[in-house]
Amino acid sequence: MKKNLFYEFTKGLWNESPTFRQLLGMCPTLAVTTSVINGFSMGMATSFVLICSSTIISFIRKLIPNQVRIASYIVIIAAFVTVADLFLKGNFPAVSKALGPFIPLIVVNCVILGRAEAFAAKNNPLLSFADALGMGLGFTLALTMLGTIREILGSGTIFGFLTFEPWVVMILPGGAFITLGLLIGLINFLKQKANKPEVHAACEVK
Amino acid sequence: MDLLLIFISAAIVNNFVLSYFLGICPFLGVSNRLEKAFSMGVASTFVMVLAAMATWIINNWILIPFNLPFLQYVAFIIVIASLVQFVEMFIRKSSPTLYRSLGIFLPLITTNCAILGLALLSALREYNFLQSLTFGFAAGVGFTIALCIMAGIREELDLAPIPEPFKGAPITLIIAGLLALAFMGFAGLISG
Repeated sequence: MKKNLFYEFTKGLWNESPTFRQLLGMCPTLAVTTSVINGFSMGMATSFVLICSSTIISFIRKLIPNQVRIASYIVIIAAFVTVADLFLKGNFPAVSKALGPFIPLIVVNCVILGRAEAFAAKNNPLLSFADALGMGLGFTLALTMLGTIREILGSGTIFGFLTFEPWVVMILPGGAFITLGLLIGLINFLKQKANKPEVHAACEVK
Repeated sequence: MDLLLIFISAAIVNNFVLSYFLGICPFLGVSNRLEKAFSMGVASTFVMVLAAMATWIINNWILIPFNLPFLQYVAFIIVIASLVQFVEMFIRKSSPTLYRSLGIFLPLITTNCAILGLALLSALREYNFLQSLTFGFAAGVGFTIALCIMAGIREELDLAPIPEPFKGAPITLIIAGLLALAFMGFAGLISG
């Protein structure tokens, strides 16, 4: 049981990282990672919603009739997104402004609905909590990574030391797609080199 | 003139997919065949126009008069989900052929962030009814354009020698990046 819990937690961090392996939740990943702080806050907000909604859904999974489950999940998720949005607006107005409509768009982030449907609906609250925590952190990690790369290349300085001509393209939409594409390619390459059995590159989203 | 500006801005200059990053999931998922991409685009456009109308009415006639804007997200997403359900039922009854060709794409539209993004953006910008309608239609057209271009490129890509680790998603993302750069060429078309 203990080990199982640990497994559910760690799988989201890397092996089944929602961003790099499952390609879920691409929209915020690409849109808000112009800087480290934006990527990180987006990741945290998403994690919060993910953890709360997964746990709650798992608690009431037996009460929800099968036919209306998706709608019920979305309402629960939307409620927590509203909480996160109001919290950010109240306490971190600058961040809230920078993220703009992407905070409300967490509602339709497929990571959250995906975890609700694939995991929380079938497992007990404790496992779902561990799963959501892992996935949330994996998502935050990915977003922070992308944000770091784009901020460094786009602003032309590495922590104020090395200075070079900034690549404006990195801040622009095109840079987001290209960075993520190269990063996923690199990860695939490393995976193949390590000769590990391919951890299902599952959701080539249908 | 105003409406034309909104149309061009949403469809081309600030293309939903390539510059707002809305609707990336279907963009990556169903852009491998041209017909599929086109059907998805048309279905999404249809829902977008309806969603733009419905959310405008709800927002301006119910949420704002009763001082309930904090319910916006919940209200919008419920409206969109039921709208998609309704459209699905309607199409199934009225045109079974179309229903078969759209098939699984219809329910997927609910979680297409372009729809909710559209509703939120037009509420944020305080568009009037006609403007929201135009905005919704334009966003749909832009989405369809991006999807079809991508599908066209990916059909050719099947024959290209791509390095193994880059097959699938990575190369698609990189191409999308180049497309986004190309679309930036339109940026000078309108200011603002």
